[in-house]
Amino acid sequence: MLSLRAFASPLPRQCLRTAPRAAATWSLSRSYSSANDKVAKYNGNKDSNGNYLVSLIEGDGIGPEIAVSVKDIFAAAKAPVSWEPIDVTPILKDGKTAIPDAAIESIKRNKVALKGPLATPVGKGHVSLNLTLRRTFNLFANLRPCRSVAGYKTPYDGVDTVLIRENTEGEYSGIEHVVVDGVVQSIKLITAEASERVLRFAFQHAEAIGRKKVRVVHKATIMKMSDGLFLKTAERVAKDFPSIEFDAELLDNTCLKMVTDPNPYNDKVLVMPNLYGDILSDMCAGLIGGLGLTPSGNIGDECSIFEAVHGSAPDIEGKALANPTALLLSSIMMLRHMSLNEHANRIEKAIFDTLAEGKALTGDLGGKAKTHEYANAIISRL
Amino acid sequence: MLSRGSLRTAQALRCAAVQQPLAARGFATVQSDIFKPSQFGGKYTVSLIPGDGIGTEITESVKTIFKADNVPIEWEQVAVSDFGNVAQAEAAFRESVASLKRNKLGLKGIFHTPIDRSGHQSFNVALRQELDIYASVSLIKNIPGYETRHKDVDLCIIRENTEGEYSGLEHQSVEGVVESLKIITRAKSERIAKFAFAFALANGRSKVTCIHKANIMKLADGLFRSTFHATAKEYPTLEVNDMIVDNASMQAVSRPQQFDVMVMPNLYGGILSNIGAALVGGPGIVPGCNMGREVAVFEPGCRHVGLDIKGKDQANPTAMLLSGTMLLRHLGLDDHANRISKAVYAVIAEGKYRTRDMGGESTTHEFTRAILDKMETSL
Repeated sequence: MLSLRAFASPLPRQCLRTAPRAAATWSLSRSYSSANDKVAKYNGNKDSNGNYLVSLIEGDGIGPEIAVSVKDIFAAAKAPVSWEPIDVTPILKDGKTAIPDAAIESIKRNKVALKGPLATPVGKGHVSLNLTLRRTFNLFANLRPCRSVAGYKTPYDGVDTVLIRENTEGEYSGIEHVVVDGVVQSIKLITAEASERVLRFAFQHAEAIGRKKVRVVHKATIMKMSDGLFLKTAERVAKDFPSIEFDAELLDNTCLKMVTDPNPYNDKVLVMPNLYGDILSDMCAGLIGGLGLTPSGNIGDECSIFEAVHGSAPDIEGKALANPTALLLSSIMMLRHMSLNEHANRIEKAIFDTLAEGKALTGDLGGKAKTHEYANAIISRL
Repeated sequence: MLSRGSLRTAQALRCAAVQQPLAARGFATVQSDIFKPSQFGGKYTVSLIPGDGIGTEITESVKTIFKADNVPIEWEQVAVSDFGNVAQAEAAFRESVASLKRNKLGLKGIFHTPIDRSGHQSFNVALRQELDIYASVSLIKNIPGYETRHKDVDLCIIRENTEGEYSGLEHQSVEGVVESLKIITRAKSERIAKFAFAFALANGRSKVTCIHKANIMKLADGLFRSTFHATAKEYPTLEVNDMIVDNASMQAVSRPQQFDVMVMPNLYGGILSNIGAALVGGPGIVPGCNMGREVAVFEPGCRHVGLDIKGKDQANPTAMLLSGTMLLRHLGLDDHANRISKAVYAVIAEGKYRTRDMGGESTTHEFTRAILDKMETSL
């Protein structure tokens, strides 16, 4: 940051001559001119009824059923949210998978969306819809908190982890080619810019949720340059957040320690490149009982999409057997993102109390309740 | 050093490419890969490379116990490396490679890889690439009497050791933009798949699972996966399936009992062997080995240096001891192997002497002593 200020001084030419490196840093960090600039801040507008508009992608399979639960519960909690249902059935635009313009418009206008599970059409040359959404709205960070649910017993108790994953590059850059037959190169791309963006978000998120520690997970012993760059960027960004303790841990150690005992991670925010984040966030979901209980948020500078990461379960579609917890918890993350913390806390407490009581659980958690019975049990606690 | 390393990798790649039409013929069977070195004066010579961290302590324990059981092995110990001194570390590494090339067999601890040592690869990776010990095996199994969160875990992780994400090929295109290459070749994918299937057959296992991320890395992991399935056709008695790595990690911590033999590219192996070790009680009890066509190196299956407990006499030598018994079985010295592993398991099951990582209070020496006593009384 110092170099940046120096550059802004009235003698730019001299600076250029004396510190050529500073110029490079400047062009990269331009978008984050000061540490106080909040990454991915929500700035949606209220409609005439005083409600925030939220785009709702109900999704396929069990999606519409669980979306109904969310809508009912939000209505009962009097959350100031109006839903704008949108259809994201993919179209092919110039031979590429795209989502309809109306949907893009809606999300761009509302800045925030809630999304149920989507089934990617097979065999029509479509790229995964999740990937398309991520690219369309440049959702650079994936936020995956995992918290043990009192009513559902797993070998691990008291899990409360927060993982942030870089979402746009790394191993999933999609740059691959066949060098000769039988030899494939796949490129892992790490840039200082994308790394800084996600790291800054991680530190700001830690501040927002009141955690004092941020830990980078990396494999810089082997990938010295790529993960090394991520790590170096983290060390640089950490200087802007003196109140937050920063450290780094080798991927191997994180895997080992988390599965041995996840509790020491309860006071930390973990941030990491794409692939590690993908694997570790699903692993954490495994610790607490699977994807049916874990929310997820995809954060971008302009828009953010909150989603349930489980599948669309077409086998139980329309049978009222689905568990809406993941989508509900995602919607609570969304409320917090919109700074509607009071509503978020109330609904969240109702959900966790209902789960802890264990009387109205859905089939996947070993109960007998239908989707709407579970939702009603939550509503009765509001 | 890096450029030389890259050059070597590039050459290896080119070789792999040129050999392509022969690939199917080149990797015949594992039986021919696992060969036995000759004895001299009734004894085998085995390289002993303690590595860094707790290496010296746990290899000392192995030496003591092997000696007590009159195992016909002559150790050729390579000087302990001091990673603070680059030249010395380099010398220790060269000596290790030379010794392993000579003896074809080794028992090895882990080399420490500092992040800030620029321009040079991890010694562990370089060693595996140089000796072409392509298959890493980690045996993850609950030890009877030692309770962990998960029960009846018995899985085996087979990891490609010489390419993938650990190729060491990286470059900076412009300031702030780095590319790291992951290399997957059909030849090496086929070689590791064959190893996994042959291993499963030889060890009476029934299912082999391929772990990949072919939904995202369609070409690289796609090649690994399709080669696996093509190779599987030659092993009709084995059940095969594949699973995406994030799902596999989730399944591993919730229902690890579903897995048997798992085969995967380099990086995923690192992740899953650590998850696996955590399921059964930590890196101190997971044995492993690295197999090549020429050389076999036995080392703890979950590769941790243990710098934090170095020299404190707290290290758990179990992983190294069990790796040592794998080495004995590899040599056909099953009697010695059985006696030692039985004693190790018995001491752990009794629970009186356990090292700190297993929730006990014993030092490395006390634990070793307890195993020696057990071997004596059970004679």
